[in-house]
Parts: sequence; C-alpha cells; structure tokens
Amino acid sequence: MGEMVKLEYRVSSEDFERAGDASSNTKKVLKKIGIPSDVIRRAAIVTYEAEMNLVIHSMGGEIVVEIFPDRIIVTAKDFGPGIPDVDKAMQEGYSTAPDRIREMGFGAGMGLPNMKKCSDDFSIESEVGVGTEVVMTLYI
Amino acid sequence: MGNYFHSVILKEESCNGCTHCIKRCPTEAIRVRNRKASIFGERCIDCGECISVCPYHAQKAVTDDLEDIKKYKYKIALVPPVVHGQLDTGYSIGKVLKAVEMLGFDRAYDISPYCDVVSAIIKYYIDNNLVPKPAVSSDCPAIVRLIQLRYPDFLPNIIPIDSPMEVAARLIKTRVVKEKNFRPGDVGMFFLTPCPAKVTSIRVPLGIGISYTDGAVSVRKVFASLCRNLKELQNVEDVEGYEYSGRGIGWGRVGGQSYSIDSKHYLAVDGIENVIKIFDELELGKLEDVDFLEAYGCLGGCVGGPLLVENSFIAKRRIRYLSENIASPPLMSEEKVKEMLDTGILKWTEEIKPKKLISFDHDIKEAIKKMEKTEEILKDLPNIDCGSCGAPTCRAMAEDIVNGRARLEDCIFKLRERVKKIEK
Repeated sequence: MGEMVKLEYRVSSEDFERAGDASSNTKKVLKKIGIPSDVIRRAAIVTYEAEMNLVIHSMGGEIVVEIFPDRIIVTAKDFGPGIPDVDKAMQEGYSTAPDRIREMGFGAGMGLPNMKKCSDDFSIESEVGVGTEVVMTLYI
Repeated sequence: MGNYFHSVILKEESCNGCTHCIKRCPTEAIRVRNRKASIFGERCIDCGECISVCPYHAQKAVTDDLEDIKKYKYKIALVPPVVHGQLDTGYSIGKVLKAVEMLGFDRAYDISPYCDVVSAIIKYYIDNNLVPKPAVSSDCPAIVRLIQLRYPDFLPNIIPIDSPMEVAARLIKTRVVKEKNFRPGDVGMFFLTPCPAKVTSIRVPLGIGISYTDGAVSVRKVFASLCRNLKELQNVEDVEGYEYSGRGIGWGRVGGQSYSIDSKHYLAVDGIENVIKIFDELELGKLEDVDFLEAYGCLGGCVGGPLLVENSFIAKRRIRYLSENIASPPLMSEEKVKEMLDTGILKWTEEIKPKKLISFDHDIKEAIKKMEKTEEILKDLPNIDCGSCGAPTCRAMAEDIVNGRARLEDCIFKLRERVKKIEK
C-alpha cells in the first residue's frame, strides 16, 4: 500500500460543540503535508459537510480520512437512520432537517450536493434502518 | 533566524523558560529548549502576541531611538490615530502634534487625513469589484503575513494598496523634498509605532520594494516625554496649522475602516485567534455576503498594540469620542482616486507570494510518511498540551520528534514512564 496517513473521527449525534473538529484537524494535517491549497479547500469542505450531516441527521457515526500521495479519500459512515430516497436527498435545496436545526442556520439542503461538487469521485449508499456510507475521493 | 528580519526578538537573559509565549503564538513559531525560548524565523509574523503575554518582558521589539532621528537634516514624525487614544481627550490634536515635535522633530503630521485617502481607495476597489469578495484590508501587516503563511488562497483578496503610514510617508516626503529643495536622504520620516508588525513592514515591506518610512519609535518609549511636553503646553493657546480628520482617527480601533467607507456588508474582527477562525470559515466557502473584511492582529484593533501604554478599552473609548467629535472633510471622489492611483505611487508594485511552510518534506511521499509517524507518536503522547516539553501542543511535539528537533523523553510523562520502568 505504501505511504498513507489515516485520520479517524467519531462524530456524535447533535454534538454541535465538537462539530467542525474533524474538518479543521484534517485541514491542519493536509497543510502540514504540503497538499496543494485548492485540494485542501475542497477536502475541508467535504469533510465539514459530512461532519455536519452526521451531527444533524444521523444517530452518530465516524469519518475516516485517508491521505495517499496521489489522492485523498474521505469516508463518512453512520449507524442510521438511513435515507429513504437518495436521489431526492442529492437535490439542491432538499432537506429533512427539522425547524430547530434550520433556526441554527443549518439544513439548507446543500450538504450532499456540495460534497458531490467538491469531490472528484462520489458514491453514496444508504439503507433505511441500517445507515449511510458516503465515499468521496479527491485527486491531488 | 537565518535570512528573516524580525522586529520581535527574544532577550535571552530575561527568559526563564516559562511557556506562556509558546501557547499564544498563532503560528506555533516558538519552542522552549533548555529553559530558553527561541523563535523560528520563517514562521514568525511579528504579531507581537508573545510580547504582550510574556510576564518577564523577555520578548522585545526592535525599534529606533530618538537618537536615530538626528542623522537627518529634516526630521518628520508620523503620528497614527492610536497615539491620541493614549492621552486624555482634553488635549487638542494640535497640542499633541506640537508635543511630538518637542521630542526633537521639525514637523509632526497626523496620519488621519491619509487614513481618509486609503478609505477612499478601499471604497473604490470594493465599488468597482477590483478584488474578489471579501476585499481584505492591507492595513495590519500581521494579518497580511498571516494570510501569506496560512491562507494563501486569499492573497488576491487583499486590496493592493499601501497602509496609511506608507501613504503618508510617500506623499509627505515627496512634497517636502520638492518644497524645501532637500535631497531625499536629508528627510527622515519616523513613525510612532504601536506594534512590532509595523516596524517589520518598514524594514522588509510587503508589496513594495522599499518603504519611504525611515524608522519607527515605539509609543511606549516616548510616552513619558510626550506627557511632560503636554504639561508644558498647558497654558499655551491652542496650536493651529495641522491637518486631521475625525473619520481618519477612527482607524485607531476595530471597525474604524468599515465606518469610514460606509460599508453595509463589512466584517470587522480583532485578535489574531479570532481572525484565524474567520479565515477558517472563509475557507469553507462561507460568508459569501461579506464585501469587506477589516482584520487586526491585536484585540481592539491598533489600540491593542503591544508597544502602547494605555489600557486598550480606555484608548478605544477615546478614539471613538474623537472620531465622533472632530470634523471630517469629505472622502476623495472617484475621479480623484483614479488620478491618485494613476501616479503609481500608492499601489503595490510587487506581488505577495505565498510563503509555503514545509513542515516535513518537499516530497509528498516522504511528507506523508513523516505525518504517519507523527500520528503514531501522537497516539502515545498524553494529549493534554501542557507545554512542559517546550512545544505548544502534543501534535507540535510529535512533529518536532519526527523532524529530529526533540526527543520523546522531553515529554515529562514519557520520562516518568521510563523512570518507573527502570525502577522496576
């Protein structure tokens, strides 16, 4: 496999206090390695959006960032509740976030579309009652 | 320190190896080794946080003395708005400038009218979308250096214009040399500085080849004499013949620039840690509705400068009072701004290049390998960021170990573990 750095973050449901830690730490590590700044910017955005999704919508999960010399893979995996209609969830502006989350300025329905836009490869798999896994690859 | 000039320096004999400064440094540029702090030159942005926090006054700023002004035939003092925040508002601006001249200057100029010049230029850049949003003020040199080091993607957002200090120095020096028939070398321009960042921007300016300012004397150094001179002027009628502007004086505190340009969608942020948080937000693509970002390394804006005397909140209050109660001439028209920019004297002539901080290696594979090792070591460290090893965080310590700049046993907890093992 060769050189690889793996960063793992547990993300708890509704933990707004620590939301953002995974992306800011990932950004720090990428900067130190010397990854080009536009890749860092995109990686920070996908990690942040994934993190917020876990905080807002999931019952908790984890984010794994793997850094290779030629690419970065960000995987966000949660333990449910799963997305009933993935196509709908991928539409800009579509959100199932409750009002109290929207009142905090989140839940604009841009999370998943933004994650797709900022990554080079994007895949999402979801099963209601089981969980969701989003895998995003960014090439360096 | 290698090839880097810094106005922030360490007086070794005063340093007792405490860890206040390593914790406060926004670029993790300081380490304590063998009970003495040392600064990595390539990382330091001269923000002066370490000077403010050092309980032993071991961190210093290199500034000029009043003796240094004697080298020049004609001596000019450039007085920034913050100076007025140091003194009772009962003193008129004219008297303060006179008191500055009594320090040994032929002439003192208030910088506030030149703040207005820069305000008009900033407004012009924003109104005509000449830089990407948000336009970032170039006034605080510590912020420009922070962007260069940590947020290079935002370098194009900086309005490429000199700070009021430099604008004043350029316009006044050019005028005085012409009017009085001096050679440029005869005229010495000295800035009364609130901070080390300005000193650095005189010695190694950003965006321009050389600065027209010849030196900087810290406000702290002349404060006592200034107060004495003002006392002497107590019974003198008010001193006239100086130019100043209330709006420009407002630049002394955070928000002053934004008020000056009457921006509806501005964001004013002070304190280097807070500025870092805002740039982190910007990097995530947020704050799209902000037109103008006014950021300062010091809390409160320039009134929080480490080379000042007065409590920054009191100074801030005075600046607000003065800026609201002193008349201001209208800002320059767009035509006038264009004319001024066309002369080329106020615009940056050199591109500011990103300053890449290489933590590990130029080769990405090698860098990843070292980062892997760092993560491994980090898992083994206590992760309490106590600073006893001399590095600001356990992560910084792990990097130092990988780079051969520290040993695992420098960690007091690891050392204790080892001693216990040996005892058994």
